Amino acid sequence: MPATIRIPTSLQGLTEGSSEVEVPAGQVGAAIDDLITRYPDLGERLLGEDGKPRRFVNIFVAEDDIRFLDGLETTVTDGQVVTILPAMAGG
Amino acid sequence: MVFAESLICRECSRTYELAPAYFCEWCFGPLDVLYDYEAVAESISREKIAKGPPTLWRYADLLPVEASAATDLGAGFTPLVRADRLAEVLGLGEVWVKNDTLNPTNSFKDRPVTVAVTKAIEFGIKTVACASTGNLANAVAAHAARAGLDSYVFVPHDIERSKIVATAALGRVVAVQGNYDDVNRLCVQLTEEYPWGIVNVNLRPYYAEGSKTLAFETAEQLGWELPDHVVVPVASGALLTKIAKGFDELVQVGLVDSAEVRISGAQAEGCSPVATAFEEGSDDVRPQKPDTIAKSLAIGDPADGYYALREVRRSGGAIAAVTEDEIVEAIHLLARTEGILTEPAGGVTVATLAKMARDGRVTDSERVVIYITGHGLKALEVIATDDPVPIPATVDGFRAEFEKEE
Repeated sequence: MPATIRIPTSLQGLTEGSSEVEVPAGQVGAAIDDLITRYPDLGERLLGEDGKPRRFVNIFVAEDDIRFLDGLETTVTDGQVVTILPAMAGG
Repeated sequence: MVFAESLICRECSRTYELAPAYFCEWCFGPLDVLYDYEAVAESISREKIAKGPPTLWRYADLLPVEASAATDLGAGFTPLVRADRLAEVLGLGEVWVKNDTLNPTNSFKDRPVTVAVTKAIEFGIKTVACASTGNLANAVAAHAARAGLDSYVFVPHDIERSKIVATAALGRVVAVQGNYDDVNRLCVQLTEEYPWGIVNVNLRPYYAEGSKTLAFETAEQLGWELPDHVVVPVASGALLTKIAKGFDELVQVGLVDSAEVRISGAQAEGCSPVATAFEEGSDDVRPQKPDTIAKSLAIGDPADGYYALREVRRSGGAIAAVTEDEIVEAIHLLARTEGILTEPAGGVTVATLAKMARDGRVTDSERVVIYITGHGLKALEVIATDDPVPIPATVDGFRAEFEKEE
């Protein structure tokens, strides 16, 4: 059973309307790379020139922000959900 | 007359129509309201403002909604009081306290919420919601009730009890397992699932504009002069960022000549991501897991942290963090010198002012304004003392107890 990346509505135009994309379990970074290989237009939207998530993009594995885990090296296991969300909220 | 024209991305300047939206679809950057400032400048004047209502709606020309349709409980135009006794203790010169505890629900959050709820109604939204550390919860529930809208306010389960009780009387509280940042993430996800106006998520560009009025009032109440230095509590960083924007707009529309205000920020050590980045000279605001009695400032992943840092550095201010003991001591200091009872966020602000005075980062030649944003009755836990022992209802009884003190 693979892992799932949940795509925010604003980016679903770049994933042919898919709200969820299955990716192999492993590390978050590899999962995102896999997603971008399939939908190349997502690349510059999610990652900066340094290959890290853009300042205003937050990535969660299950309910946890990967910045509290191992960043893009955080492990994603089979069946887990990776969620991409805009960071600019709250306060 | 509304002079707001569009939403604009703070990062890449792409523009969007005025709608319930909060981030740039291209770069995920924050959206701000863009005004026709030339038209505002023609409409606005000190005289017109002076004739306006004694609320933040006197600055309607610089707000993104139709003021005549406002959901209004009387937010804003709170007292700005000169605090000589506090200044003397701190070795400072001219210190003023903006007492924003005197809003309808006793915190500054009534400012952004009166704007956001008014905008929600303009958009035809029937249900409003928020992610809150407590004060916003009170404000949203109250304004939603006033407007006849349904409301859901989401809070961390462990905030001050008085904030939960008050909000539950006004509306619907959803206590969430986790901290504010968990609540915030949940609300972002709910934005995609429900047709709600979540005031600090999909209505955030309009909501945040309400906080600018603190800068407008500061200038007006100082006789249309700006202070030299302001100290602002930092949670998400939006308040500080918007106060800076407010000062700039006053110049832009010709109400004051120049805005060279040093802007400083205040955080608790137990939740100090922005202060830490400031001390390290970094642009990278790394998230923290908050642990502080200043629960209204307990945002570990501040959305506007990066921008607050930028405004502070640009203006020549500083951001400092203070200990829990300093916070409680400062609550008492403000209470005993100025008669203003604040929640811990205000303790953080006063303690930061004291610390910056000791370090020479605020000087006695500056005219300083500090923002006290929430009332002490909302967080009595932190200043609770033993009940006083009752005396007999006789003069002798009083003397026996109190002449001992002399």
